[in-house]
Amino acid sequence: MSQKKSFPWVRTIASWFCALLIFFPLLWLGLTAFKTEGQAIAAQLFFTPTLDSFVEVQKRSDYTHYAFNSLITSVVSTVLGLMIAAPAAYSMAFFRTKKTRDILMWMLSTKMMPAVGALVPVYVMAQTTGMLDSLPALIIVFTLSNLPIMVWMLYSAFKEVPNDILEAVRLDGANVWDEFRHAILPLTVGGIASTGLLCLVLAWNEAFWSLNLTSAHAGTLAALIAQYSSPEGLFWAKLSAASLLAIAPIIVFGWFSQKQLVQGLTFGAVK
Amino acid sequence: MSFLQLKKVIKEFGPVRTIKGVDLEIERGEFIVFVGPSGCGKSTLLRLIAGLESVTNGSISLDGRDITNLPSSKRDLAMVFQSYALYPHMTVFDNMSFALKLAKVDPAVRKEKVDRAAKILNLTNYLERTPKELSGGQRQRVAIGRAIVRAPKVFLFDEPLSNLDAALRGQTRVEIANLHRSLGATTIYVTHDQIEAMTLADRVVVLRDGLIEQVGTPLELYDRPANQFVAQFIGMPQMNVVAAGVLPEIGRLAGTRGAADGFIGVRPEGVRVHGPGNGAIKGKVELVESLGSDTLIYTNVGAPNPLVARQSERTTLHAGDAVGIDVDAAALHFFDKQGRAIRAAA
Repeated sequence: MSQKKSFPWVRTIASWFCALLIFFPLLWLGLTAFKTEGQAIAAQLFFTPTLDSFVEVQKRSDYTHYAFNSLITSVVSTVLGLMIAAPAAYSMAFFRTKKTRDILMWMLSTKMMPAVGALVPVYVMAQTTGMLDSLPALIIVFTLSNLPIMVWMLYSAFKEVPNDILEAVRLDGANVWDEFRHAILPLTVGGIASTGLLCLVLAWNEAFWSLNLTSAHAGTLAALIAQYSSPEGLFWAKLSAASLLAIAPIIVFGWFSQKQLVQGLTFGAVK
Repeated sequence: MSFLQLKKVIKEFGPVRTIKGVDLEIERGEFIVFVGPSGCGKSTLLRLIAGLESVTNGSISLDGRDITNLPSSKRDLAMVFQSYALYPHMTVFDNMSFALKLAKVDPAVRKEKVDRAAKILNLTNYLERTPKELSGGQRQRVAIGRAIVRAPKVFLFDEPLSNLDAALRGQTRVEIANLHRSLGATTIYVTHDQIEAMTLADRVVVLRDGLIEQVGTPLELYDRPANQFVAQFIGMPQMNVVAAGVLPEIGRLAGTRGAADGFIGVRPEGVRVHGPGNGAIKGKVELVESLGSDTLIYTNVGAPNPLVARQSERTTLHAGDAVGIDVDAAALHFFDKQGRAIRAAA
């Protein structure tokens, strides 16, 4: 450890600069939401805060309706995804075959395709089954698009469970379900929670499919925001107010669960 | 029919045959120890009995029932793992009562059984702790307790003492022996430590390269090893073995027993070291190990390996001293060219 830490203040300034760079749009969004449309366009830094935009957004569109849709789609798709991904990850982690690695890679590869590539077929399927602008359509799409990540995260979490413990449970008379419930679940609850949290956030923030498959009825908060970046003209203050309303719940949620999220994302990276 | 019976058991991992056809019969209440060098297949054999690995060929039956293809959970066996494999999220009480809980045993009965086992193992004050709050020795006892509580048909131990320090190992060994005496449960115990094998076993199974070399009581193995491998594997320090031609002084004895082109073995306690001029064999001291109760004298007699003598008296000899050596003719073992023991005609 002879390496000297030179210019610690350079690092401090650099990290503050990066942090501000990332945070600035969010800050600007927050400020603009409390301005009038005139102040918003003038890009004023000093102004008297007003709630007019929020009132206007609530009057023009039903915030709770969209928020409810966002909540339902993200929660249900996450729960559904966990129920499908857990058995898949279980079999891959504990009953490995030569092809396990390939299957995992193949699953991940589906995430490398741009979503728009599948837009037409998915749209046509939704249309022919009469599921356009419906919550089930969004839930199915969210579940499927998050599955690869869920399987990967659960797989890394399950792999941390010592084999001896599973064998001990089996010798103690446990069937597969007992084994999962009494050994794997309690030992990987952190990993499962992180997986769930991440997918909840991803589903909440999802915009592409929400915008393309829904309109008024099943629209999520992403659709609400989009209403305010309309061709009739830009309404910066209202757009910001709507955006702030849309992201506020997930930011608060993310703040409280950030420890879990970070732990889940770095699972298996340490040690 | 024996309580536990293995018939021509073979286990292959891919192209590698780890267990090459094992036949073994174990009686109810016996304490059997599998011993052998690492990689000999002793742990694999135990795992086959436990159902943690599937048998490639052959059959295993327990208490009159074929269990070859039965899952572990249905075999009614309990295993103590080298790593203890305690459930880290459960208290000691929950660890010990888990199998009973799965079997839907009444909570009052559960508690009674755990309390009884805890008392035997001195764990009564630790029942509410979690495994990470226990010392290594205590964890080991919890693992044993978990097995006792279930009263299984067979106890399986997979090198249970190798993670303990020497003092604790000796102490726990005595506890396991006492426990077996009081419970009388059929036990299979895997170890690479021959002291454990000799002190615990009713019968020892010596394995090498996936095959049984010999099965017998500890003293049978010591006194009448079936071959050179068993002879040298059992006993510490190991038996001196020399080619019959190397030491003409005792080599002529080999001729009378049909081992003229084979090997002669003698345990260290059958070798006596005298002052120079005495004894049939001339040699030189290479090393003296004074262990207090025993003294080991390594002598160079012109053979590839030193001839080791063990005596209870202390010695004033030093490395380099010339000595005379006698070998107790009655304590000699003879092996043919392939290393198989040649028994005296009775």
